[in-house]
Amino acid sequence: MTLNFPTAFILILGGLILPFFPGSLRKLCLIFIPAVAFVHLLILPIGIHGELQFLGYTLSSVRVDKLSQIFGYVFLIAAFLNAIYALHSDDVLQQAATFVYAGSAIGAVFAGDLITLFIFWELTAISSVILIWARRTDRAYKSGMRYLITHILSGMLLLIGAIFYSKSQGSIEFTSMSLDQPGVILIFIAFGVKSAFPLLHNWLHDAYPESTEIGTVALSVFSTKLGIYALARGFAGTEILIFIGAVMATFPIFYAVIENDLRRVLTYSLNNQLGFMVVGIGIGTELAINGAVAHAFAHILYKSLLFMSMGAVLFRVGTVNGSDLGGLYKSMPWTACFCIIGAASISAFPLFSGFVAKSMIMSAALYQDHVLVWLVLLFASAGVFHHAGIKIPFFAFFAHDSGFRCKEAPPNMLIAMGIAATMCVGIGCFPDFFYQILPFAVNYKPYTWGHVLSQLQLLVFSALAFAVLMRTGIYPPELKSVNLDTDWIFRKIFRAISKKANDSVFATYTSFCSNLKSQILSLFEKIKHHHHPTGLLARNWPTSSMVMWVAIMLASYLLIYFLQFNA
Amino acid sequence: MNKKKYWLDKKANITKIYIALWTIGIFLILGDFVIHRHEDFKTAELFGFYGVYGFVGCVILVLVAKVLRKIVMRNEDYYDT
Repeated sequence: MTLNFPTAFILILGGLILPFFPGSLRKLCLIFIPAVAFVHLLILPIGIHGELQFLGYTLSSVRVDKLSQIFGYVFLIAAFLNAIYALHSDDVLQQAATFVYAGSAIGAVFAGDLITLFIFWELTAISSVILIWARRTDRAYKSGMRYLITHILSGMLLLIGAIFYSKSQGSIEFTSMSLDQPGVILIFIAFGVKSAFPLLHNWLHDAYPESTEIGTVALSVFSTKLGIYALARGFAGTEILIFIGAVMATFPIFYAVIENDLRRVLTYSLNNQLGFMVVGIGIGTELAINGAVAHAFAHILYKSLLFMSMGAVLFRVGTVNGSDLGGLYKSMPWTACFCIIGAASISAFPLFSGFVAKSMIMSAALYQDHVLVWLVLLFASAGVFHHAGIKIPFFAFFAHDSGFRCKEAPPNMLIAMGIAATMCVGIGCFPDFFYQILPFAVNYKPYTWGHVLSQLQLLVFSALAFAVLMRTGIYPPELKSVNLDTDWIFRKIFRAISKKANDSVFATYTSFCSNLKSQILSLFEKIKHHHHPTGLLARNWPTSSMVMWVAIMLASYLLIYFLQFNA
Repeated sequence: MNKKKYWLDKKANITKIYIALWTIGIFLILGDFVIHRHEDFKTAELFGFYGVYGFVGCVILVLVAKVLRKIVMRNEDYYDT
């Protein structure tokens, strides 16, 4: 038997049979399935496997190279951490959906052609929305619906684009593309939706924070990084990505400062980190692509860690609103500690994972003379520390004491967070090992005295800005609120338009119906008028009157006859 | 409720952290005298460039965000009504 089948099948199949196992055996499967998948990935040789013919095109369901491999590894590590994090839960729906979701994301990463990519692309959308609906609230349901529509549309764009592309190129292979080829712009937009490009980003901030404490962790890993992988595969060196990425890295951080839901703050910093990766892909040099991929790898780990810590807070306290929290370090010291490690990693503190990954993108930008972009990214780096690095741990675990006294997070959650935190520090302290699995050979030294000093200056003074603004009362307080974003367009304007359209259609229809009804009634009235028992055409006639009329008729006939002859 | 007093509960200790942070910041800036930072972007070699950029950047970030809040903030139930 050949083992060269998609690794995705192990997870998807695992997810589908998971509900049939009883409690304790299921928990064992939760750990076992990603482990088996990981071993399978390790023995899968470099190359193209699982080729089959479809409508005259060659589909290759498994393409293993260094780019797909590293995404496969990190997706499986994330799936494993997720499984541990979800061990305490009895909600088998979420556990199964997570495996199917992770499996389809891995399937998409290893897809060698656009059809296979499309199939797994849509499967990620369908399986992930279950994680949003698993919160089982009305808000989550509606938000999940908006999420599903967006992602299905992204898949449709991918499919239409792929049809045009394959017609013109004569091949369906998923490889480097150029925006002036037919259909490619649609594929680009489809990838842009998944990667949360500016103006296509809103599904991320809308839906992720509505999911459960477990679901959001899984969601934060796969969809967006699948988008990043697809961009790195198809559009490396596409210049417009540099500018798109720079905008992505900056605008969400303004929202993050004023957002109250701390998991939503994390989605804004997620969007900001994706911006760094998109810039790296746009620059397209070996260093930049390495940087983008390394950043995606590191990001998945620290972002999961941050979402896990906030998930633990949600699980224990029941809310993650900054306005309600504070002082939780007293009750959840371990969670606080892990959250700070995640925060240090996303902020790119030396010795943490963000530092060794992000600096490659920054350096690559300068090597290609994108000074303005570099300055924007530097601002975004300071900003992400400010809002994710400080705001998240500060408002949840410190700030004023909210009075909440709860238990520490369950042991399985702490273990998952502990492993993620260890990996964040491990990558930061020993980058050489990490650099070996990157797509290109690395000749980059993150730890120079100058670089460490400059980064520490940047971060410490960002922290000082936060401290000064807090102490002077300038920092905006956490308020229960909702901030308008692009979803306002369809949740308010489109809704108003559709309501108006609905009303006018309804009004036209009712007036048409009542018109028709009165027309029919009047017709009946007329018929009744003539055919009623006393009506002209239906009443009884006496025979004598008929005889008289016949006589009158004959007499007039005679009269006319005479008049004619005498004339 | 847990009445245990923590070190951070004292206001004086928070001020200590605040002062410590400034001290670290100043030492880091002074580090520029000791270590010459070789930068590909020459302006970044200026004394204390990163410190000033980080501080000013974050203050601008917060001030702009406050303006943004005036424009985009709505009641929590805005979409429900």
